[in-house]
Amino acid sequence: MSTADTPVQLQQLYQDIILDHYKHPRGSGLREPFDGESQQYNPACGDEIKLRVRLAGGKIADVSYEALGCSISQAAASVLHEQVIGAGVSDAMKMFDSFAELMASRGQLEPDEDALGDGIAFAGVSKYPARVKCALLGWAAFKAATVAALAADVKG
Amino acid sequence: MTSTGIGKTDQPQTPGSSMPLDTAAIRADFPILTRTVRDGKPLVYLDSGATSQRPHQVLDAERSFLEEHNAAVHRGAHQLAEEATDAYEAARERIASFVGVGADEVVFTKNATEAINLVAYSMSNATAVRDPAAAAFEVVPGDEIVITEAEHHANLVPWQELCARTGATLRWYGVTDDGRIDLDSLQLSPRTKLVAFTHQSNVTGAISPVNELVTRARQVGALVLLDACQSVPNAPVNFAELGVDFAVFSGHKMLGPSGIGVLYGRRELLEAMPPFLTGGSMIELVRMERTTYAPPPQRFEAGVPMTSQAVGLGAAVDYLCAVGMDRVAAHERTLTERTLAGLEAIAGVQIVGPTRMVNRGGTVAFTIDGVHPHDAGQVLDSLGIAVRVGHHCAWPLHRRLGIQASIRATFALYNTTAEVDQLLAGVRKAQRFFGVRGSAEVKQQVSTR
Repeated sequence: MSTADTPVQLQQLYQDIILDHYKHPRGSGLREPFDGESQQYNPACGDEIKLRVRLAGGKIADVSYEALGCSISQAAASVLHEQVIGAGVSDAMKMFDSFAELMASRGQLEPDEDALGDGIAFAGVSKYPARVKCALLGWAAFKAATVAALAADVKG
Repeated sequence: MTSTGIGKTDQPQTPGSSMPLDTAAIRADFPILTRTVRDGKPLVYLDSGATSQRPHQVLDAERSFLEEHNAAVHRGAHQLAEEATDAYEAARERIASFVGVGADEVVFTKNATEAINLVAYSMSNATAVRDPAAAAFEVVPGDEIVITEAEHHANLVPWQELCARTGATLRWYGVTDDGRIDLDSLQLSPRTKLVAFTHQSNVTGAISPVNELVTRARQVGALVLLDACQSVPNAPVNFAELGVDFAVFSGHKMLGPSGIGVLYGRRELLEAMPPFLTGGSMIELVRMERTTYAPPPQRFEAGVPMTSQAVGLGAAVDYLCAVGMDRVAAHERTLTERTLAGLEAIAGVQIVGPTRMVNRGGTVAFTIDGVHPHDAGQVLDSLGIAVRVGHHCAWPLHRRLGIQASIRATFALYNTTAEVDQLLAGVRKAQRFFGVRGSAEVKQQVSTR
């Protein structure tokens, strides 16, 4: 979809992996049952995501979501879905930290594929401070929903 | 101290309104327009509705004030204090005259947002203090504040908050599908205390029916506040002729500095209105027990004010006057018509707001089917084109129009038709990049230079 006259910066930002997840989001749609839910907004552009987490035996059993937003935010939610399902809660939170660290790097950090999987495709986003929030929207919802799920687990 | 010319050309000070702008000469006055962005792309700045760029005449006026005359105004008896006060008050006079009102009716604020808050908090204060002289500003439970669904958050949230503090009810005119205020959607009542609305929408560009709204407000004895942020920079505006009670605008959207805005208030209203911020400068007599206030506008300018910014805004007004606001408006109209026609010709592009130049200013918001505004803005940015993307601080309006966000191009006197064409090519480029409809119709060579 990119052509010869496409600026190289644009190609670096919109990696094929990102565009593929954007056009074919994995695991989208809200599902039941779930243990925790979070809704997050990007006040700059009105983008929003509602995300649910289901836990089973200390692992992330499902992440379902409904996202309205740009390619970066939608693709990030899709990649997140692929990354965290099956992971233990603490490992998933480590992934969140790695991804957040990459996003804060202003393009100065070499992304770690072992830790981030397809998430490394978002390295270019970190050069655009205005878009970092887009990439983190789904992850913020994931963290909040997981915290809510753990809290419900303790209470229940 | 301030130059009133427009650069190196020998243009007459009051040129005929039919004479087209010499954009090359004007652009030479704006140093930032010569820079490149994103790896050498010439800057195409189409975001003046958010903040405009400043000509060297404005930058020079600020610098020369600070280098030669700087002092705290309205205090001190030394020569610099005198000169600084004269420069500050002379700027006020020129700015007041620019919008057709008296200098004593112009209050300097930080920006338009603060100016609206000033009125809202003064109304709160009138309500709390219950001074009979300020009864016109009291707001009690059951009273109504009326706005419109088209407002910028700056002309919405302060009124929500005023209602929350006073128990008044917030009501609003709805918006038609093409983004105009729907006059049939609301009837004012005898309890309506104030009607606040935008002069020109910062999203759709729609110009509001000010006369009709003022007439309706008068019929029920309500005050009128006009948000003129998007009109004053782009066309001749006369608040006295419009007959509004209050009006606000920001310096940074009209070639002036940030940190300076204006509240216009009709003289008799400002005289009766209690202060918002209190402290130095705004007093008449201070005793330990109580204080009386200075007359307006000083009553509303507590503390040492922003001085070089006021001087800079005065220089911006001089610059705009030297060009002629009629010519600015005509120039921006040409750019807007070209943009609207060009966008309409691209399949898959939807214009948000009126598509014809009837009661419409130079703000063009649009969406591209299948391309999120953020992504479109990123493609445009990669070509050096600066536009605004998002809801432009008008979230309820976007919700009403059934969109999450939009792409917005706004113009100033320094923009050119070539830049409009670059925008249109950039929109096609965004469609191509994201592989959506309309891409097959691209015939035009996309310039990435």
